[in-house]
Amino acid sequence: MDDFLAARSQMALSLGFHIIFSCIGMVMPFFMAVSHFQWLRSGDVAYKNLTKAWSKGVAIFFATGAVSGTVLSFELGLLWPKFMEHAGPIFGMPFSLEGTAFFIEAIALGFFLYGWGRFHPWFHWFTGVVVGISGLASGILVVAANAWMNSPAGFDFVNGQYLNIDPIRAMFNDAWLSQAIHMSLAAFAATGFAVAGVHALMILKRRNVQFHTRAFQIAALFAAVAAVLQPLSGDFSAKDVARRQPAKLAAMEAHFYTEKRASLVLGGLPDEQGKKVDYAIKIPGMLSFLAHGNFEQEVTGLDQIPVADQPPVLVPHVAFQLMVGLGMAMVALSILYFIAIWRKKRWLRSEWLLKLFVAATPAGFLAVEAGWTVTEVGRQPWIINGVMRTADAVTPMPGIAYSFYLFSAVYVSLSVVVIFLLYRQIKMVPELYDQPAQLAAA
Amino acid sequence: MQYVVITYLCLAILLYLLLGGADFGAGIMELFTSSKNRSAARQTMSHAIGPIWEANHMWLIIAVVILFVGFPRIYSVMSVYLHIPLLIMLMGIIARGTAFVFRHYDAVKDRMQQLYNRIFALSSAVTPFFLGVIAASVVAGTIDLQASDFLSAYVFSWLHWFSVAVGVFTVALCGYLASVYSIGEAHNEADKRYFIRKTRTMTVLAFAAGGLVFLAAEMEGIPLWQWIFGNVVGTAAVVLATISLGAMAYAVGRGWTVLPRLLAGFQVTMILLAIGYRHFPDFIVVQNGANLSLLKDQAPAATIDALGWALLLGSIFILPALYYLYYSFQHQAEEVAEAAH
Repeated sequence: MDDFLAARSQMALSLGFHIIFSCIGMVMPFFMAVSHFQWLRSGDVAYKNLTKAWSKGVAIFFATGAVSGTVLSFELGLLWPKFMEHAGPIFGMPFSLEGTAFFIEAIALGFFLYGWGRFHPWFHWFTGVVVGISGLASGILVVAANAWMNSPAGFDFVNGQYLNIDPIRAMFNDAWLSQAIHMSLAAFAATGFAVAGVHALMILKRRNVQFHTRAFQIAALFAAVAAVLQPLSGDFSAKDVARRQPAKLAAMEAHFYTEKRASLVLGGLPDEQGKKVDYAIKIPGMLSFLAHGNFEQEVTGLDQIPVADQPPVLVPHVAFQLMVGLGMAMVALSILYFIAIWRKKRWLRSEWLLKLFVAATPAGFLAVEAGWTVTEVGRQPWIINGVMRTADAVTPMPGIAYSFYLFSAVYVSLSVVVIFLLYRQIKMVPELYDQPAQLAAA
Repeated sequence: MQYVVITYLCLAILLYLLLGGADFGAGIMELFTSSKNRSAARQTMSHAIGPIWEANHMWLIIAVVILFVGFPRIYSVMSVYLHIPLLIMLMGIIARGTAFVFRHYDAVKDRMQQLYNRIFALSSAVTPFFLGVIAASVVAGTIDLQASDFLSAYVFSWLHWFSVAVGVFTVALCGYLASVYSIGEAHNEADKRYFIRKTRTMTVLAFAAGGLVFLAAEMEGIPLWQWIFGNVVGTAAVVLATISLGAMAYAVGRGWTVLPRLLAGFQVTMILLAIGYRHFPDFIVVQNGANLSLLKDQAPAATIDALGWALLLGSIFILPALYYLYYSFQHQAEEVAEAAH
């Protein structure tokens, strides 16, 4: 494995891992706060137990997210020193604010986890809410930094020099809003479906049904609301990408030739040599409409992009199809769930609905990983779109492959341990969280 | 504004060494504690640092962010030439951060606990050791920006007697900080006496390791003696730190708990000051003398201003909350333990 590929793989691995853990760490506190609110309002102990059980999960995910985030802040330099040397002062603003948000989150988490019975109940609840809000803020800020790589702003690039730096403009670059909304909704939907799926499985197994039903209701509601909003934000994002990164859009859509009344390509396997897509369904004019809001508008194809600047097509296209497909499936399930809540209460107790939720457990995170692959691979060969090439940013140090193997081993074992821990949390629900007698004493 | 940013950078590094150091030390103490006392020591420390655990490690993030935003060239040179020790330190951070939380939140308490404990204790020593190695390599003048072969560019830049000695010294300092800290967290007289004994051992170890640092500097031809005692500030810092050891012995003997913590913090601050004062504004000392400096190698003014404001604004939120966190959980370890379950 050459050093460049190893560096890219290591970065992909680290981010792919971090993105899951930080999404859960960012969204679960909101579930926890809702359940905590229900307990304070209604005095129903089941909610208190649920809050405590979830808070253990939050602690585990926060810790894993925090260490993998710390690692990333070093890896940016360890793998891409040239990039950081130039980009650091320009896109560093969101990172410095994120430091604050993250710090507040860590402090609030200390209050929340260790604060049971020590503070005014509503203050204690509030610290949990702060965990969620500051987590969400740090997520948005990190995405703003990534958006800058897609839509560099806040500096002038003159003869290889980065002049007239304006960190504020860099932070509020053209891509940040659409990316931030899309990522936040994705985090809510993905975490919501993952959590709801796990609890649905426990209900199907008839274990601690009351406990898991409450958990399921909270998580599923968050998931469903986020999932039905997501296509709107996806449309906003697509229009944004079409305007700013036509090469990325062309790769996502496997759109090889510039044309008017461009077709939307559903599914299929792009043939990069032959410049065609096999086995795809094409909807004429639809791509023009989705990208520019007009069925006749011309859509730039890869033929307009110099060969040296073209992103790969296969990976972004397949990843994009996967993301959209999973997204649509989640929307469908969400609509069913809304119908169940409003019109067909008996569906809520039916096995098929729960089974669908169990099946959807990994859907959101698969979509998150796919979407992130689209945005990162679709930007290649650039690390800063149109300004710096990824290959020019990589560290001069040889032997990165070993570091990649090491990180792979570490992340795989961490994932195994975390799953193992969650399994044990769930296994212990009857003893720790679902015994009314013990609870009354607590 | 540049001085605001530099102050925050120094403060973040110092606080990471003091607060992060104290909980590195918790793991180091586990490593050097007989199995008879281990569980008591572990529980005491675990309750004491649990609530502030995550916050202690934010200082490292703050320092790194300040470096890459404000001093990108320094960050990138460190990342390239100290890649290997940074990587090992990161492994330590991952192992420690997760093992600590896993052992606390694993719903089932069984033999897995031993595994978490072992990982926690080992990585608690490895991480500060490499932190020390990195700090030493930054000032040792062993980084060669012209180096073309693998060994001199990426290995000998950080692997030498001086860095190893500073690594050992850092580990000893962390152990010392933790043992002083835990005196005040002890729940009974036996534990307290035990932690006082630990403090004595750690003081001796830290002293010995400090001697090693001077010896290693001599072997590597690093004028450490001159750096520290060649100016008034460095000399005064070391003298004050030494005098405060006497005060420490007295305070510990009288059974006080707050003063020893302050004194231990003071001593570590003085050690950093002694070395930092001599080198300021240089940050990385390189082989041919073209050192990287905090004043010369900083980001453009617009960035430094924005960073300075972000830090000032951030502290308005962070510092009071952090103070209240420390305050709320002081001396209530037992209650905490109960409430957390």
